Amino acid sequence: MQTRKKYIFLTFLAAWLLLFSFGGDQLRRFAFFSGRKTEARRNWPRWTDRSLLKSFANPEELQSDGDPSLPSPRERRAARLNVYKNSRCRMETCFNFSRCEKHGFKVFTYPRERDQPLSESYSKILTSIERSRYYTPNPEEACLFILSIDTLDRDHLSSQYVWNVDEKIRGFPLWNGGRNHLIFNLYSGTWPNYTEDLGFDIGQAILAKASFYTQNFRPGFDISIPLFSKDHPQRGGERGWLYQDSVPPKKKYLLVFKGKRYLTGIGSGTRNALHHIHNGKDIVSLTTCKHGKDWEKHKDTRCDKDNVNYEKFDYQELLHNSTFCIVPRGRRLGSFRFLEALQAACIPVLLSDGWELPFAEAIDWGKAVIVGNEKLLLQIPSIVRCIHPERVLAFQQQTQFLWDAYFSSVDKIVHTTLEIIKDRLLPHRSRSRFLWNVLPGGLLALPEFSTHLGDFPFYHLQRGSSPSEKFTAFIRVISPSGSLSQPLLRLIQAVSGSQFCAQILVLWSCEKPPPPSGKWPQTSVPLNIIQGRGKVRGAGLSDRFFPYAAIRTDAVLSLDEHTSLSTSEVDFAFVVWRSFPERIVGFPARSHFWDPEQRRWGYTSKWTNELSIVLTAAAFYHRYYHSLFTGYLPAGLRELADGLAACEDILMNVLVAAVTKLPPIKVTQRKQHKENVPQQVGCKEGSAETPPAGEQSPSPQRSPPAKVKGTAGGRRFSQQQDCLNQLVDWFGYMPLVSSQLRLDPVLYKDQVSVLRKKYARLERP
Amino acid sequence: IMCASAKYNTRGPALIPRMKTKHRIYYITLFSIVLLGLIATGMFQFWPHSIESSSDWTIEKRSVHDVPVVKLPADSPIPERGDLSCRMHTCFDVYRCGFNPKNKIKVYIYSLKNYVDEYGTSVSNTISREYNELLTAISDSEFYTDDVNRACLFVPSIDVLNQNALRIKETAQALAQLSRWDRGTNHLLFNMLPGGPPDYNTALDVPRDRALLAGGGFSTWTYRQGYDVSIPVYSPLSGEVDLPERGPGPRRYFILSSQMALHPEYRSELEALQAENGESVLILDKCTNLSDGVPAVRKRCHKNQVFDYPQVLQESTFCVVVRGARLGQAVLSDVLQAGCVPVIIADSYILPFSEVLDWKRASVVIPEEKMPEMYSILQSVPQRQIEEMQRQARWFWEAYFRSMKAIALATLQIINDRIYPYAAISYEEWNDPPAVKWSSVSNPLFLPLIPPQSQGFTAIVLTYDRVESLFRVITEVSKVPSLSKLLVVWNNQNKNPPEDSLWPKIRVPLKVVRTAENKLSNRFFPYDEIETEAVLAIDDDIIMLTSDELQFGYEVWREFPDRLVGYPGRLHLWDHEMNKWKYESEWTNEVSMVLTGAAFYHKYFNYLYTYKMPGDIKNWVDAHMNCEDIAMNFLVANVTGKSVIKVTPRKKFKCPECTAIDGLSLDQTHMVERSECINKFASVFGTMPLKVVEHRADPVLYKDDFPEKLKSFPNIGSL
Repeated sequence: MQTRKKYIFLTFLAAWLLLFSFGGDQLRRFAFFSGRKTEARRNWPRWTDRSLLKSFANPEELQSDGDPSLPSPRERRAARLNVYKNSRCRMETCFNFSRCEKHGFKVFTYPRERDQPLSESYSKILTSIERSRYYTPNPEEACLFILSIDTLDRDHLSSQYVWNVDEKIRGFPLWNGGRNHLIFNLYSGTWPNYTEDLGFDIGQAILAKASFYTQNFRPGFDISIPLFSKDHPQRGGERGWLYQDSVPPKKKYLLVFKGKRYLTGIGSGTRNALHHIHNGKDIVSLTTCKHGKDWEKHKDTRCDKDNVNYEKFDYQELLHNSTFCIVPRGRRLGSFRFLEALQAACIPVLLSDGWELPFAEAIDWGKAVIVGNEKLLLQIPSIVRCIHPERVLAFQQQTQFLWDAYFSSVDKIVHTTLEIIKDRLLPHRSRSRFLWNVLPGGLLALPEFSTHLGDFPFYHLQRGSSPSEKFTAFIRVISPSGSLSQPLLRLIQAVSGSQFCAQILVLWSCEKPPPPSGKWPQTSVPLNIIQGRGKVRGAGLSDRFFPYAAIRTDAVLSLDEHTSLSTSEVDFAFVVWRSFPERIVGFPARSHFWDPEQRRWGYTSKWTNELSIVLTAAAFYHRYYHSLFTGYLPAGLRELADGLAACEDILMNVLVAAVTKLPPIKVTQRKQHKENVPQQVGCKEGSAETPPAGEQSPSPQRSPPAKVKGTAGGRRFSQQQDCLNQLVDWFGYMPLVSSQLRLDPVLYKDQVSVLRKKYARLERP
Repeated sequence: IMCASAKYNTRGPALIPRMKTKHRIYYITLFSIVLLGLIATGMFQFWPHSIESSSDWTIEKRSVHDVPVVKLPADSPIPERGDLSCRMHTCFDVYRCGFNPKNKIKVYIYSLKNYVDEYGTSVSNTISREYNELLTAISDSEFYTDDVNRACLFVPSIDVLNQNALRIKETAQALAQLSRWDRGTNHLLFNMLPGGPPDYNTALDVPRDRALLAGGGFSTWTYRQGYDVSIPVYSPLSGEVDLPERGPGPRRYFILSSQMALHPEYRSELEALQAENGESVLILDKCTNLSDGVPAVRKRCHKNQVFDYPQVLQESTFCVVVRGARLGQAVLSDVLQAGCVPVIIADSYILPFSEVLDWKRASVVIPEEKMPEMYSILQSVPQRQIEEMQRQARWFWEAYFRSMKAIALATLQIINDRIYPYAAISYEEWNDPPAVKWSSVSNPLFLPLIPPQSQGFTAIVLTYDRVESLFRVITEVSKVPSLSKLLVVWNNQNKNPPEDSLWPKIRVPLKVVRTAENKLSNRFFPYDEIETEAVLAIDDDIIMLTSDELQFGYEVWREFPDRLVGYPGRLHLWDHEMNKWKYESEWTNEVSMVLTGAAFYHKYFNYLYTYKMPGDIKNWVDAHMNCEDIAMNFLVANVTGKSVIKVTPRKKFKCPECTAIDGLSLDQTHMVERSECINKFASVFGTMPLKVVEHRADPVLYKDDFPEKLKSFPNIGSL
């Protein structure tokens, strides 16, 4: 060891000395090349007189930027209208905002003409609009107009191409140069160059088009939509395919592609190169030459081998088992593949230069897809390999969120389009980018409710805030007597005894006027009475979910007059709700089940091991759900709920489950040994049958309960089943989620001293 | 190709080979001394000669007037006008940028020249203070390269910040003769005051062909989305005046207008608002009778009242920013600095950095035609949101408006994000003020998924040598219907695990992993053998949990897959006497931790525990052989912001026959140690992430008067 050390040391010493003594040109040059990196950078000079330099503009010039010779702003705006038309349209020049002021954002669809066949997709679009809360049959009220001419397929080689659109449009008195019109399009242009020409003059209409090229896109005016197939569901839609979150992603393949290779023509550049990255192991990129009639004419040497390989893999299998999916341009920029990959949680790797991504005005695609560059295809493998596993997981989850929030049905695609336009009308009452890109998504976050994130139940964790520390008790009274019942008085006492109660609101939904204020009990918190709006709008049980301005706390404790609760039950439930502000947290629960015999959903109030509904006769929830109930659901659905007994309860639960994708939370309730309150006859006929809020007597039932027939209760149940099934039909899927748990106080029914227990009263019989 | 990402080991904790440290250190020192000597010598000897070719860069003592003169012949070429259809994929040459592990573009700055026309007159003024600051900032940044051949982006030193100071044609000619001009490809120009009388174009009028423009006053018609960058008009007052941040809250005025050369039409509309709403609206103008020596730009007047500018901006909740001859206004910067919420009245204006900044969170945009409704529109903004906007406005100024450096770096970062979109800075990083970034959490398991029951869970038993007890645990756990695999982590290096034949026969696969070192963190390693999302960590002495209890725990975990769901509950408390945290194992009404002696959690947290545990916690735990469970509670709570879920009433876990076995007992020292752990972790995390709750999860029909045999989970033990 010693000798080796010595030698090394000596060698270095010698080398050092050599360098010192030699100063020749050769070495200099050598040093110039080899020492290049260690050299200090040649930075921008620190000028000696840099502090004397003049500013780029003098302060006067910056602060008084005006020119008296300029035309007045009003003239300028008027002049602008003439210049910025057609391809240079913007909302401020081509859209008449005043149409939307009086009646709000209302959408009119032109009446369908009998001799005009509509493609499946276009009739789905029209149906979506007509079912939405924005629909108006009256063109006078309308802010936005949708043609009944099918403009989806503007490839004139296609069988669905509608001829003479220009002529037809000119015949419409409402057309008005296309102002305030919205035109949907999926395919434009045709072989060979696929220019984005619609074959008619859209004038000043907003274009919602798939495969938009950025250069043709009028920013802030047009909308890029995804390409969807004619089988895309009208509503509801399939859920995404991500069932588990794993790190690292446990998928067989890293990156896959299976599709056509264009031998000639537009888009062939990219598709021709895709086979280069195939490695047969974790990257599978398969192309086939087989497409069109005359592919064999252009066939090259690869084709036969490629075609054989191509058949070895199944597209669906690849989609399910890969982390990343290449989504290259086809002839057009967008492809079905995009939504397919999104649904499959196969992170799309886009190779489609210049594609204005769908809804990019709202959606932050950087969180869900890898935007690649067609020119840099060969870098893609290394790029995707270098993405951290936890980012991959975040990407996967984001694809699922976006798929479910904006793309899984035609309804969602159309609504996203409409909401983006609506947001432009009132910029100060519109969604920030944050709202669009965080669960539950823009469609379910209404800017009319608030533009402040802390007012919603969803964003507390992301914002580091928490919901307010008080609640509003909201009691609905429908009893016809006009006087105050004992249970109601007891309820008011119990609720007002809670330290968290801010105020009590009584919704008086009776024809008879409420008793004078002197008759109401004295409470430590303010007690106010709201007159039901039943008279104004016809019998409305869903009235209880109107966003009353008097509700100012985040939490609402919704109660019926017959509900019996103690103060400690209220306190405990509220403390639980603060941990789950986006859910319904309450006492009496119900559950739904699939009835295979009748092939429909069943509803039961029997005791079961699961629950999926918490009755709003005694439940905490966020006040935002009042706004969502009234503002988000179309009027028709609320009327449906009003028409069936106790349906508004189910509707509220379905709505919250659709928003959160989570079950409600049941908290423990003191057992009540009281006889069931006799069925109250409502003050308005047939509208007031609500089940008593207490736990019903036990009747053992494990799975689908026997059908109840005949009795009055039975009728109510059949109405509730109807209600549930109609709601499922409207939503397009069953949003309710079951839970097997109940939240109890930590020491509930434990054999420890009562003195230790904070909620000891909960256990008293 | 090397990734920038950290590779992680999927094999298991490896034994690090012991090195011959002594020799190594010796050789390394020797090497470095010699090497350093070599370099020093080389530099000393050859430095001055080797850079002759670019000597103009290094001579520090130089004036901007002392730069090479370049004569532009009258007929030298002029670039094409800007091409409105340019986009990154058409006009930008990405091949110049290349794939690199850092995902950073390289920016080159042309050296400063004095361009003169045929008659020897300078084409433009000398470089402005601001442009010099901007170039200095680029040069000092990570983006900079001095090697023109490696550059991806080129920044001319020709100062075009203010079009008024330019001779347009000659400037264009100067641009065209830059050595790498090539139709302006990959060239970036900075301009803040575009256009000029009479039409005041909204983009720089200098013909610039394909060059990217970072412009301060784009309209939607001149801005090439995804190609140009919209930048602020810098306000030099930012550097001169120090306005300390003012806490958000109500201010003296509701609306304030401070601009001086407002068009009379705008002014009359503002005055109408003032007439309607009185004192809460303040409209200021230029002062007419200021004494000499007082800079007019630092004063504003309303009738005879004189106000200091920009200080007066801090007195108002909203500050109006109306367009002038141009769309971009320097006052926007002053307003943001004052933490006043800007009300932007400039139709079709592209707000600064709008590609990445969410202006809806910091400003109110009102169409010019709606000016008369401004007051009611602003009143509809919720108070809490105003406060947030005030904070946000100030944050935008601090991060992106404050200096030319901030503007330059934000611009380059935006371009960088386009070229390496997969490494782009996120919305949150651009927009969240530090206070929000600090207090918010971003749950890595944010999607509300209820994992399918069929997946089952993997039980992991960490054991040392309690074989008998271990076998009992294995037998008990194997009765749980959803168990899909059992993993025994054998943490004893001195003793071999029992022979295969001796292990209990169970219906699911049983694997034994032998570890290289007896470390507690071995329990939380993300073993490849774990194929399910759910993990049940269970001690080798937890034998009292019934099959129903465990199965129910798994069902609860499925409803809360991003939480720790466990049986032994614990609490942390603030000890007011000692002024620190205290560990509590008494049976209280509250819970903030569940011990991983028996708890379900997501496998992802094993990954986090092993690779992303902050600070030295992981080593600390291994060294102290204690508190791995508390560390896991901290980690999960910190990353999700959520509480744990305690399941079922069970509270006693030590069986009578196994209490005396080893030292991890319940005595006083144990409690002190556990408290120390909490305090240590809280200081490493910089916060107390644990959440206290008062609930536990029981089966829906728990203790209900209902036939036991019809309950899903009848056999739930007590205490």
